[in-house]
Amino acid sequence: MADYEIPGDLSYTREDEWIRVENDRATVGVTDYAQQQLGDIVFVELPAVGTTVERGEPFGVIESVKAVSDLYAPMSGEVVEANPDLANHPEHVNEDCYGDGWMITIRISDATDLDTLIDAAHYQQHVQDRGTE
Amino acid sequence: MSALRRTPLYALHRRLGARLVPFAGFEMPVQYRSILEEHAAVRRTAGLFDVSHMGQIHLRGPGALASVERLVSCPVATLRPGRVRYGLLCNDDGGVVDDITVYRSADDAFLLCVNASNIEKDWRWIVRHADADAELSNRSDETALLALQGPAALAVLAPLCDFDPGRLRRFQFAEGTVAGGPVLVSRTGYTGSDGFELYLDARGAEALFETLLDAGRPHGLVPAGLGARDTLRLEAALPLYGHELDDTTSPLEAGLDRFVKRAAGGFLGAEAIERRAAAGHERALAGFVVEGRGVARGGYAIAREGRSIGIVTSGAPSPTLGKPIGLGYVPPALAAPGTTLDIVVRERPVPARIVSTPFISN
Repeated sequence: MADYEIPGDLSYTREDEWIRVENDRATVGVTDYAQQQLGDIVFVELPAVGTTVERGEPFGVIESVKAVSDLYAPMSGEVVEANPDLANHPEHVNEDCYGDGWMITIRISDATDLDTLIDAAHYQQHVQDRGTE
Repeated sequence: MSALRRTPLYALHRRLGARLVPFAGFEMPVQYRSILEEHAAVRRTAGLFDVSHMGQIHLRGPGALASVERLVSCPVATLRPGRVRYGLLCNDDGGVVDDITVYRSADDAFLLCVNASNIEKDWRWIVRHADADAELSNRSDETALLALQGPAALAVLAPLCDFDPGRLRRFQFAEGTVAGGPVLVSRTGYTGSDGFELYLDARGAEALFETLLDAGRPHGLVPAGLGARDTLRLEAALPLYGHELDDTTSPLEAGLDRFVKRAAGGFLGAEAIERRAAAGHERALAGFVVEGRGVARGGYAIAREGRSIGIVTSGAPSPTLGKPIGLGYVPPALAAPGTTLDIVVRERPVPARIVSTPFISN
């Protein structure tokens, strides 16, 4: 089975997103597992800055050569940044999903949303549970 | 899910690290490393595909020629042994039962290569309509099919053959020995690039696949999955059954006129096809390039001035062109190259333009 990078200092969702929380802001991207599963990413559609997103609701779309997948907001809040480079360089998600491939930063509106996130160890387990073929 | 079938190369795909997905009832490799890399390899060097899920139906004997001539839309009597033609099996309403290739190996011996999803349907159709003195056999399970595609395909294959595959022109085939085993070598493919399709006994498939990979490595050959096969055939504007073609589609709506013996007729569905043509088709298959931001996908609506006028049958980013392309059905009056329209991507109109196909020139 393939190896997946899962940094220990990030939080995760079961929908394969990573979240870096700094004060009231959360930066969101997709995990190494997600980008490997998707394959070559050719298109990323992100919300405009100022948009309000709802936890568990789609906030954007990521497309590989083969498939279209929704991106789900890990928490509610206002989008304060959206990665402007992904429009022309969607491959950054494949190349550096935890760095240049980041997607949006949300100003967290309800801190209890953070309780729904899982840590790296739990996410690792979640990937393994699905990955055993 | 347990009903998924596997090709003779399943174990090898696993060892090569392929991602396996269900396709036409088979567990098939969609990619090994990257669809884009595999696509690029076929355009620049070569790719090796397992397409053993496809079906092989043989007809031989005194009634074989008359049977095949009646079953398929393309002319068969004029097909010389050693040659291949593309054609359609059509139903009584002029719809497409399947799109196939017809191989003539002798005056009275034919092989029909059919889509995996249609093997049982085709078999029933052929059994029902073939003459009593045609001997039929469905050898889909015991036959493997490898597609070696790309400009380096000949250089990879030639040293392994006991004959010169370079003498085969497009749509010609020969039966010979490849890497020590009997193989039907056909200069055909479904990618829009030069290449060969290799039919052989399933038991020899894994050895031949590995031999080809080893022999091809210095030429840049990589294993390639169905993901790349789909983007390659889309760039070549080759129809895929279940997308551009189905039981209700006339081959003429799909722009396949040159594979239909319209003047001679005499094949199943011919009258209905002509009747529908005379009445006027309501739709025509057209190729388009997306000019706005968004990827067209099969099932998306095609609109013009806010009104839905058609539907996308296949769509994907074109790795060669660097922009999304697609095929879809639109009213014939709006099918001319240059026509502008919108693809409805997540409820948003994205500008697109009809272009002539294929999207790439070979």
